[in-house]
Amino acid sequence: MTQTANKSPNPLSLKERMKVPRQPMLEQPPLLRATNFKEVNLGYSEELARQEALRCLECAKPACVTDCPVGVKVKEFVELIVAGDFMAAAAKIREDNVLPAITGRVCPQEDHCEGGCLMGKKVQPLGIGYLERFVADYEQRHMDLRNVKKASPSGKKVAIVGSGPSGLTAAGDLVQKGHEVHVFEALHELGGVLVYGIPEFRLPKQIIREQIDYMRAMGVEFETNVVVGKTVTINELMEEEGYDAVFIGTGAGAPQFMGIPGEHLNGVYSANEFLTRINLMHAYEFPKYDEPMLDFRGKDVAVIGGGNTALDAIRSALRLGARKAYVLYRRSEAEMPARAEEVKHAKQEGIEFHMLTAPIEFLSEGNGWLSAARCIRMELGEPDASGRRRPVPVEGSEFDLPLAVAVIAIGTSANPLIQSTTPGLETNKRNYIQADPMTQRTSRRGVFAGGDIVTGSATVILAMGAGRRAAKSIHEYLSSGQW
Amino acid sequence: MGSRSSGETMFKILHAEFLAPGIKRFVIEAPRIARKQRPGQFVILRIYEEGERIPLTIEQSDPERGTINLVVQSLGKTTNLLNSLGSGDSILDVVGPLGKPSEIEKFGTVVVMGGGVGTAMAYPTAAALKRAGNRVLSIVGARSKELVILERELRAVSDALMITTDDGTYADKGFVTDKLRQLIDNGTRIDLVLAIGPIPMMRAVADMTRKEGIRTIVSLNPIMIDGTGMCGGCRVLVDGKSQFACVDGPEFDAHRIDFAVLVQRNGMYRTAEQKSMGDFQHDREALLEKIHAEQAAECALPGGGR
Repeated sequence: MTQTANKSPNPLSLKERMKVPRQPMLEQPPLLRATNFKEVNLGYSEELARQEALRCLECAKPACVTDCPVGVKVKEFVELIVAGDFMAAAAKIREDNVLPAITGRVCPQEDHCEGGCLMGKKVQPLGIGYLERFVADYEQRHMDLRNVKKASPSGKKVAIVGSGPSGLTAAGDLVQKGHEVHVFEALHELGGVLVYGIPEFRLPKQIIREQIDYMRAMGVEFETNVVVGKTVTINELMEEEGYDAVFIGTGAGAPQFMGIPGEHLNGVYSANEFLTRINLMHAYEFPKYDEPMLDFRGKDVAVIGGGNTALDAIRSALRLGARKAYVLYRRSEAEMPARAEEVKHAKQEGIEFHMLTAPIEFLSEGNGWLSAARCIRMELGEPDASGRRRPVPVEGSEFDLPLAVAVIAIGTSANPLIQSTTPGLETNKRNYIQADPMTQRTSRRGVFAGGDIVTGSATVILAMGAGRRAAKSIHEYLSSGQW
Repeated sequence: MGSRSSGETMFKILHAEFLAPGIKRFVIEAPRIARKQRPGQFVILRIYEEGERIPLTIEQSDPERGTINLVVQSLGKTTNLLNSLGSGDSILDVVGPLGKPSEIEKFGTVVVMGGGVGTAMAYPTAAALKRAGNRVLSIVGARSKELVILERELRAVSDALMITTDDGTYADKGFVTDKLRQLIDNGTRIDLVLAIGPIPMMRAVADMTRKEGIRTIVSLNPIMIDGTGMCGGCRVLVDGKSQFACVDGPEFDAHRIDFAVLVQRNGMYRTAEQKSMGDFQHDREALLEKIHAEQAAECALPGGGR
């Protein structure tokens, strides 16, 4: 028995811990949840959480911590769960992660903390995401926002452009250093992609509101309905409104289409539009909400793409009453970038996966509405620039798939609004903002950038990592005045 | 504000008046937008929590007072609801100015054509074109006499103003294209046509000027959500390629637009829109009461209102 284990509150020997099975997440049954937009996962009970926490091997060099883009002290917060001090566990997570209830739900844990977990090499990895979610939800139920501490003012002002994961993270870290932080959001609701992109069944809006209320309690100020680049420019923020530094975290934002015939047909959507209608505008609650949606009942729907956005879209279509719901992906399942749990959930719900399939044309019966997608089969060739095997069309394999709605979820590109209105802000060939990968500094003094607008489409947690690095570097810049 | 995760401010209606039956002008407090607005740009607004987002062209703005003017025609639920509001009421969200401003330079002779409420959108551009030294010939069309708007304002910035009504109850009976035809047939040298109005009108103007080789600009109003280039819902076919009206427009070269696709896409939600409008006519008073109550609650909170 190691020294660490001796000091630990965990009563089990390492051998005994290995024998405890990974505790299952309680979830809505697949056939029930496929008819509603309520959250799929229901969360751990205190008992389940403590049982799961007991499985932690308390490694001397925990890979879960080093593999986390924001460096959450996993081993320490899990020990606090074992000890039964859930509020202390929450505080421990908050030292590194200002959005624990969100990351606990949407992080691809298998690529980060759980991917490196030693338990996973032998049996199943520790349920770190489930534990993080449990702790964050427990905190939400038991805390009093009036007790949230405010740092003493530094006298410096920082503007954060965009209220998505990178912006919120940077804002949270900076306000704790005493800087006056003002977040500008283009839409009418705060949260960026968390609000317009991720559906209620995966990340309830109430969770985002609670995280934002916590940030308000820390002193962060928010202003919606401001499109930086249109309503106000970066230069005006710095020269006229007195901001000492600006962080740009606007996300990638612009939808990519396929450039194939028929994309203008009624019934063909970008994933951004489809999900924004549903999530931000509540079109699934029409007519209680005014934003309309097509009637999906009895219709066949396909999404094109293999990422989380694609699965969010097709699972939403299913919940709107689609008869058949397909995922069309040009590579094989092994290459799908979606979170493992979402793939599992989607299959349980009855989504049909058609791998190695790509549309080449959207067809209509002449009335302007989509009637089918002409598809082609693919096979995998040599690895491409992304390291994944390149899909190659199989000649003569075309077939028509009848569809009423198709949602294109093949990624996003850089929205040029800020780049084109900020002189001296350097961009790369694809028009993403150039920023140092360690400091997130751009070519403009006092201007920092991070998240998808720098890297292209990535994940919530990677954007949060960038927000965190930016906050550290902004604080250094504001403290030293050195660029 | 409770747990609503939006900003703190609403947008107050300082003044509202009907210009014609079903057409109302609003003066709205929106200092940030007023400071930046240029002719041709628009805002997106959402009246209340359950409301949809709709784009509306800004008629003009007053940067000193921090106000913008919108001219709204009652068409569907949202515009009817908006036109039920008045001075002292508020709009939950207004964002802008969005879209590219009109191209303003000295072209020579410009024909500015406004159809119906489109006249209000054409007016600020006509004024800017006049200031830039152009000869501005304006043509305004409406269904009948009481729907002719901004006649005095437009006359003040035009070298000539021609008016048509569909039913002949005012000025000349006919369509705006009849007046354009006359100008062309009289040998008037026209360097640019700007046409803003219903799609059939803009399409008819485009068809006429295409044959004459006269450059023509139209302002499009497709279905939009975010207005920042994020969703792609407002895509229009320009020379066979997708462009987004919210960021690449709203003004486009009329001869390159596929109007058939525009009409088709604007009809995508017709069934739902009709249902909304039907429900609204039935529950109008209850909805207004609810909105007024929400606004009162909002203003009572510290930091609420303006």
